[in-house]
Amino acid sequence: MLDFPRWKKLGIWAVVLIGILLAIPSMVPKSQVDQWPGWVPSPRISLGLDLAGGSQLLLEADVADAARQRLQAKEEEVTTELRRGQPRIAIGDVSTSGGKLSFMVRDPTQLDAAVERLRALSQPAGLTGQRDWDVQVIDSTRIVMTPTKQGAATALKDSMTVARDVVRRRVDPSGTKEVTVVNQGQRRILVAVPGVEDPDALKALIGQTARLEFKLVDLDATPDDIAAGRAPPGSQLLPMADGTGRIAVKRRAMVSGDQLINATQSFDQDGNAVVSITFNNAGARRFGRVTQENVNKPFAIILDDKVLSAPNINEPILGGQAQISGNFTVESAAQLAVALASGKLPVKLDVIEERTVSAELGRDSIEKGTLASIAATLAVIIFMLVTYGRFGVYATAALLVNALLILAGLAVFGAALTLPGIAGFVLTIGAAVDANVLINERIREEQRRGRKLLDALETGYKEASTAIFDANITNTIAAVLMWYFGSGPIRGFAVVLMIGIITSVFTAVNFTRMLVAGWVKAKRPKVLHI
Amino acid sequence: MKLLKLVPDNTNVDFMRVRNIALVLSILLTIAALALVAVRGLNLGIDFVGGQVVRTEFAQTVDIEKLRGDVAALKLGDANIQEFGDSKTYQIRLPRPDGPDTAAAAAVTELRTMLEREYPGARVDAGESVSGKVSEELAWDGALAITLAMLGIAIYIWVRFEWQFGVGALVTLFHDVSVVLGFFALTQLQVDLNIVAAFLAIVGYSLNDTVVIYDRIRENLRKFRKMAMVPLLNLSLNETLSRTVVTSLSIMIALAVLLVLGPDVIFGLTLAVLLGTFIGTYSSIYISAPILVWLGVTPDSFVRGDDHDPAARPAAA
Repeated sequence: MLDFPRWKKLGIWAVVLIGILLAIPSMVPKSQVDQWPGWVPSPRISLGLDLAGGSQLLLEADVADAARQRLQAKEEEVTTELRRGQPRIAIGDVSTSGGKLSFMVRDPTQLDAAVERLRALSQPAGLTGQRDWDVQVIDSTRIVMTPTKQGAATALKDSMTVARDVVRRRVDPSGTKEVTVVNQGQRRILVAVPGVEDPDALKALIGQTARLEFKLVDLDATPDDIAAGRAPPGSQLLPMADGTGRIAVKRRAMVSGDQLINATQSFDQDGNAVVSITFNNAGARRFGRVTQENVNKPFAIILDDKVLSAPNINEPILGGQAQISGNFTVESAAQLAVALASGKLPVKLDVIEERTVSAELGRDSIEKGTLASIAATLAVIIFMLVTYGRFGVYATAALLVNALLILAGLAVFGAALTLPGIAGFVLTIGAAVDANVLINERIREEQRRGRKLLDALETGYKEASTAIFDANITNTIAAVLMWYFGSGPIRGFAVVLMIGIITSVFTAVNFTRMLVAGWVKAKRPKVLHI
Repeated sequence: MKLLKLVPDNTNVDFMRVRNIALVLSILLTIAALALVAVRGLNLGIDFVGGQVVRTEFAQTVDIEKLRGDVAALKLGDANIQEFGDSKTYQIRLPRPDGPDTAAAAAVTELRTMLEREYPGARVDAGESVSGKVSEELAWDGALAITLAMLGIAIYIWVRFEWQFGVGALVTLFHDVSVVLGFFALTQLQVDLNIVAAFLAIVGYSLNDTVVIYDRIRENLRKFRKMAMVPLLNLSLNETLSRTVVTSLSIMIALAVLLVLGPDVIFGLTLAVLLGTFIGTYSSIYISAPILVWLGVTPDSFVRGDDHDPAARPAAA
């Protein structure tokens, strides 16, 4: 019992000391921590949104839309390969209904060659050696391409990774705010932005797919056609973004947003807010050529299948710089610029859950939560002192060290402290006492049975350990399941609980034992007053 | 210094004498609680049924009828308007809207805009919307987490002790969770995600308490091979009584402080855990121990337990 090798003592004190040092940055104002030299480790507890104030959105991919887009992209790819590749294979009657791509090969002798070339386009998907598209021939003239399940899953996974990065670039252009953007499950993205109390701007920013296209306006379409919803062959009707009717544009895009390298908000000659865009080399060349060929014709600027504006091309636009106009406010132009610069979302995202907490409410929660935590700790300390006297002092020391270690643990692991986390903290403080109580009660008991002082201490610690072990394992099971299956507040609670279990066992078993051993060695008491 | 001893030395309470009465009481309590849940239902928050909640602090006291009218004019369904904390703070809850999953988020925006327009100086403190799809998942995940926690723990106890102890722990947990659920049905306090955390904490604590007592029972079963089960349980309960009282009290003190001084938002959570601590303490004495008698645990039934626990083998053997 009294045998505490020097290395063990040093180890325990080292853990306690490091814990206290790591807890300090979370307890002093941030402005002060910022002034510390860079080499001083200064992890700070990050606050959950319910304490910091801010917005949280749960986004879900529109899988049907993703599948549709994938099919359209495939159609482009196939057309390019067969019609423009060498040798040319003429196809017709292309259809993308029923989630399949189907078309007719005009010359039946080319059918096998077509299938060959299309198979080469498909990629392996998954681990089973499956490919991402099935290519089938029906009626010996028609080729049907069906997306495989594996292929769709792989495509979705890739899209979600890209989508996450795009969302991150949009939400956090400066990269300085403590935003969280993480994939959740197979088709969801969780976005948490502290400090943003109005989620609408956030939603507008994220909700834009930001697929930018420049298409020529089809001047052959008569107003009657448009009113009747008819578009000339090779054209389509698109709504105006400001709701002033529809306009016919050519299906083929002249240039698309994929060829952008930058977008910023600026002003045109008349002082209207516009978005200035810069194309990459390929885009600039193409944009220059198309505008050269179509001077004095209107072209439509299309965002997510809505026409922002359709200005006339007054002169060829060379040099890869262009302006997008379209009744913008400074804010909406800036928003579009961010959306364009961050790239288009590979899949449409819907907001399916939204939570906002104001900073005032968060501050109020922290103040009350901190006060309550301190008061609860004090109350428990007083209770320990009157119950166990000297051993209550040790329990108190353990309790305080425990509280600091939990703070340090939260700071180091980067786990956010939430409101339920505060409840978890208070509960852990209460429960941490249990280990001390188990030991102290056992020592009392053993002494009552007539054991000698050292023997009582030894047996007390040893016998109580089994109960402490079993009790904490059961709690760990509960905490791990909470963390695994829980979301949001439950996880916050579970994290505090898990850290608290480890720190409370350490402080109750090792730390107090060392203190008790030190005291007994120094004073050699005859009886334990416990 | 005179130390506080809540449980005097040599206390010998005959807990087992009232075990049948306690059992009947507990069964009745459990049935009553479950019946309450079935009849009155739980006041499930939007986390579990979907919908929107907006909490607003108005600059001055508002006419609740006007507020009701303004909210109704938005045609977002039957609104539930409640005072929250003081007479200037209101929580407006709307049912889950029909339509796509995005409708919930859109409704919250509409409500927020109306409040800021009609009530200058009003501050929206919190706005939440949960779509039907998410709420169904949250409810399912919450129930799954609690059930798995109970099962996982019971299995651990079965492995560490004997099957009877596992069953005892499970029955005890079922009792505790039912009673607290019944309490929520009775008070119609809102059950949201936070409350799931509370239930898991109750499960954890109740188990903690039961395990400490079981641990002592196991120890005594090995020590006193000839003692009859009922006096052995009484002995074990009395030996651990002091610890039970001190620990339960210290946790309840901490929670009571949190209940009074803590933020309003976790009032329900704290209250649930406080009640759960109390019930858990009761049940670990009056349910988890007596059940071992009914399940036929005897000192002999534990001999097999020694085989996989060499530390427990008597040193003399």
